[in-house]
Amino acid sequence: MKLNRRLFMGTTVAAAASLSAPMVLSASGKPRVVVVGGGAGGATAARYIAKGSKGAIDVTLIEPTRTYYTCFFSNLYIGGLRDFSSLGHTYGKLAADYGINVVHDWAIGVDRDAKTVMLAGGDKIPYDRLILSPGIDFVDGAVEGWDVSAQNKMPHAFKAGSQTQLLKAQIEAMPQGGTFAMVAPPNPFRCPPGPYERVSMIAHVLKQKNPTAKILIADPKPKFSKMALFQDGWAEHYEGMIDWVGPDFGGDLVSVNPDEMTLTIDGEVNKVDVCNVIPAMKAGRIAEIAGVTNDKGWAPVNAIDMSSKMDANIYVLGDSAQQGDMPKSGFSANSQAKVCANAVRGSLTGSKVFPAKFSNTCWSLIDTNDGVKVGATYQATDEKIAKIEGFVSKVGESAETRQTTYEESVGWYSGITADMFG
Amino acid sequence: MLGKHILVIMAVACPSYAFAGAAERGEMVFKKCRSCHEVGTFAKAKVGPPLNDLIGRVAGSHANVKYSKAMVAAGKDGLVWTEEVLDQYLTRPRDIVPKTNMTFRGLKKPEDRADVIAYLKTFLSDEIIVSASNDPDVSPDILTIAGDPEYGEYLSGTCVTCHQVDGTDQGLPSITGWPQSSFVTVLHAYKTKHRENPVMQQFAGALSNDEIAALAAYFQSVP
Repeated sequence: MKLNRRLFMGTTVAAAASLSAPMVLSASGKPRVVVVGGGAGGATAARYIAKGSKGAIDVTLIEPTRTYYTCFFSNLYIGGLRDFSSLGHTYGKLAADYGINVVHDWAIGVDRDAKTVMLAGGDKIPYDRLILSPGIDFVDGAVEGWDVSAQNKMPHAFKAGSQTQLLKAQIEAMPQGGTFAMVAPPNPFRCPPGPYERVSMIAHVLKQKNPTAKILIADPKPKFSKMALFQDGWAEHYEGMIDWVGPDFGGDLVSVNPDEMTLTIDGEVNKVDVCNVIPAMKAGRIAEIAGVTNDKGWAPVNAIDMSSKMDANIYVLGDSAQQGDMPKSGFSANSQAKVCANAVRGSLTGSKVFPAKFSNTCWSLIDTNDGVKVGATYQATDEKIAKIEGFVSKVGESAETRQTTYEESVGWYSGITADMFG
Repeated sequence: MLGKHILVIMAVACPSYAFAGAAERGEMVFKKCRSCHEVGTFAKAKVGPPLNDLIGRVAGSHANVKYSKAMVAAGKDGLVWTEEVLDQYLTRPRDIVPKTNMTFRGLKKPEDRADVIAYLKTFLSDEIIVSASNDPDVSPDILTIAGDPEYGEYLSGTCVTCHQVDGTDQGLPSITGWPQSSFVTVLHAYKTKHRENPVMQQFAGALSNDEIAALAAYFQSVP
């Protein structure tokens, strides 16, 4: 066995104590990992570190909600193809089966010198390694006329939970022949096909309940994920219902008035019945508070292990991370979490660190049993997480292929949630 | 009893002989089971357990099912749903597990039992996936690579985002407990794009021969 310093520290407690290097041992004799955020990145990282270290690392998971509702598949709930309760997951197994200390509270501060996380409840939690996986927040003033105080009139529904339920209720209460409007976000944002799958699912509902209704999308982007597949599917399933306004027609020049329920596109005022405003996004606030974000609002990380470029003891996963080529998806966050967990274990206990490998697949549903997908594999380079090879579903595939793709996505949902929550 | 066994074994071993098309007829027989059991891609636990991957399963062992104490105890005592045991059980369930919750009286006709067992066999993930006969042969040099199961466990992180590590099949096949040679053959069939699923093609395409061997070694060791 090669005795390098990391292994030496991890396996020889007494000797490690005499080293001048920073201690990675707590009073209990175990190194401590604190994970902020219990979604696809954080829950997975906590579980893999606890599982892999077999009790050798103290793992604390900080997540405000007791029941976590996944953003992925929430569009299927809006479309009436899934129960709301099927999106909800709890942390009981992570605590009971993996010994993870699950704390339901908000992380409101990080002291990087003292290496502690401050909680809204007043506690301070010490860490040797901190993993931030806080998802997204919205950029203030991104859509003129909208801020979070307007989210009940014009929901974003891009953090799943009561916002998702609200949006669904509003759509179902639309007057016959009414208008649903969406303000789509600029890049980069959580779940690139998400807004367009949502439009598909809303069209699916309206086609049954409100077939003369219209859907209006104002989009600042000239193109979007799986654009050809969505537009082909919309023409096939929802002919004449969906109007997509890109930047060539002022989709980037948008303001809203939540009190009047109007959406103004390039000076033209549209009276709408439901307005789903999905603003520009940035890293979840705790990443900014911790000082690991850049001027673009995202947290730059090293591709090899997801460590922050600003602080070697902090790692950032999922939507918040600026890592290179991977889309901001639950699948990506889950994939990054496993690379990170392997590296964190290695740095704390000397366990073997294997090379970083990443992958992603994003499934979207256009109509019942009409599923499409896009995916790729990725590798770590010095500069970023770089795409190796990818694929995307094709226009004109058979109904059987599309149904198989949908069924595959259902299997994936069961798989990834089992992988996150145990 | 012995006569019944012989009938079943014939039906299984020689589908073109005595009971050709048994699985299709079994689908009709299975209608009697449907009020309590689901089988297929989206099969869930109802009153009774879903019956995907039933053959070889320990009795009373499916998660999410409220079994009778008797059934759980029978499983702990070693009752496994082999084809022979199923044939006996389906004749008169309470002869085999006297206090089972299953109120179904039984299938008197041996051919009905053989048919329904043949039908259930079409829902074995090994049958679906490891029927690797159409896959190109993998050279012995590759098949005999000794995989590192520790590396395989790390790499398996990518697989278990979709395929559940406890072997549960909820729309995607179980990949645990396969013979290594089948696992390697199937992954190479994806890598060389002989198998079609693009998700699997890209994942397998990013794996070296050693990495495929490592995964095969790891997943074979998962019960």
